[in-house]
Amino acid sequence: MAEPQPDFLHKILQRIDLKTGKDAVQARQVVARELKARGVSALRVTRFATAVSEIARNVIVHGGGGHFTVGLNAATSYLDVECRDRGRGIPDIDQAMKDGFTTAGGLGRGLGGAKRLSDRFEIETVPGQGTTVRMSAKI
Amino acid sequence: MPQTGTATILKIFEADFGGIVEEWRGTQVEEGVRRSDLFTDSESRAQNIELLKAFLTGIRSGVHEQDFSFEDTAWEDLRAVLADLTKERVSRGVTPSEMANFVLALKTPLFSRLATELAGDTDRLIAEIRLVTRLIDAFAIYTNEVFIAEREQIIERQREEMMELSTPVVELWDRVLTLPLIGTLDSARSQEVMENLLETILQRQAEVVIVDITGVSTVDTQVAQHLLRAAAAVRLMGAECIISGISPMIAQTMVQLGIDVGTVSTRSSIRTALADALRKVGYVIEKRDAH
Ligand SMILES: Nc1ncnc2c1ncn2[C@@H]1O[C@H](COP(=O)(O)OP(=O)(O)OP(=O)(O)O)[C@@H](O)[C@H]1O
Ligand SMILES: [Mg+2]
Repeated sequence: MAEPQPDFLHKILQRIDLKTGKDAVQARQVVARELKARGVSALRVTRFATAVSEIARNVIVHGGGGHFTVGLNAATSYLDVECRDRGRGIPDIDQAMKDGFTTAGGLGRGLGGAKRLSDRFEIETVPGQGTTVRMSAKI
Repeated sequence: MPQTGTATILKIFEADFGGIVEEWRGTQVEEGVRRSDLFTDSESRAQNIELLKAFLTGIRSGVHEQDFSFEDTAWEDLRAVLADLTKERVSRGVTPSEMANFVLALKTPLFSRLATELAGDTDRLIAEIRLVTRLIDAFAIYTNEVFIAEREQIIERQREEMMELSTPVVELWDRVLTLPLIGTLDSARSQEVMENLLETILQRQAEVVIVDITGVSTVDTQVAQHLLRAAAAVRLMGAECIISGISPMIAQTMVQLGIDVGTVSTRSSIRTALADALRKVGYVIEKRDAH
């Protein structure tokens, strides 16, 4: 896996515990608010908020809950989001990223979609130990 | 440390409980934290007395070598009284700083009595004032915590209520229904909405259903799946489903997610959806010449 960007989450804005669907909604709303406040276009706000919604819901549905952190990377002007869980991890990440792959009767488009909807996206997962997704939107 | 802490303060309370209550109330008025607009005089006196009694009970058995914790059972009276009082005050619109100052105002009557009681013994006076300050500050901070917790509960309740906004199925015309969705469509709510919709289709013999998502800010894979399932169920009931109100932003995002709406009809606005629906059930909308 790629090393995280050196300035990732340089300045933390908010953390949310991800336990239920409501927390994912809150995470998504915080991201939308922060992007809007920085003059990001409505389209790009919708795109990244949707990506965050996918990843935060994965943490809750597949990862048994975890943590969401949103922050700024002023040097490179990105809004950074990290979603982390200590769940079962993903055994085959290439397979999981493919559209249509799901182990839970979903559409199986969350991971691939979130990657396409973010300006930067990286996923780190260790089977049995958990999954961390770092994603950013250019401000 | 000069002798155990609470004896003097307890003595002061026992000597003039009523006087302390009145002076405390007086300070609250001076500091503008007695809300005579929200509480009647007798109501607020009763609250003050009850609170102070509970505080006193705590001091009597809940302070050990100058140490105390409001979590101890000795303070459970105070916790209970405070919980009631806070609930009441939050619901009547008292602010957190008013609430804290309301408690902090208790310092004035206690300090003046300590000064009289211990005149000439500066060391002890300072030690006593230090203890009373710690007690009352902790009391005020605790009060604020209770206050904030109560407010958070209210916010959480309101949030839940908003998320569960009832979603009415509206009959727009003969055999034409619309379901305007607003807010967040989680699994529980979508189940409820779907049952209600299918029930109404049956009752009204509907042929076209317009599911309008103008009020839905985010369509992720979960929401999309709920919408597509709803459309499939509508079709199984012999009616047609049109999803309207898909903004350009949501359309592009859905494409990136790779969501295929298949044969479900979609329209950008409820207006075009309605024109379509009416045509399907055999009506035409016509403009009269004169207008
Ligand atoms: N945090 C995670 N922990 C463990 N497994 C995960 C995690 N995130 C994703 N997965 C696995 O990857 C699969 C694909 O995820 P993806 O988000 O693409 O689809 P999905 O969640 O199944 O459905 P949806 O389209 O509703 O998101 C999941 O079914 C799950 O097996
Ligand atoms: Mg998913």
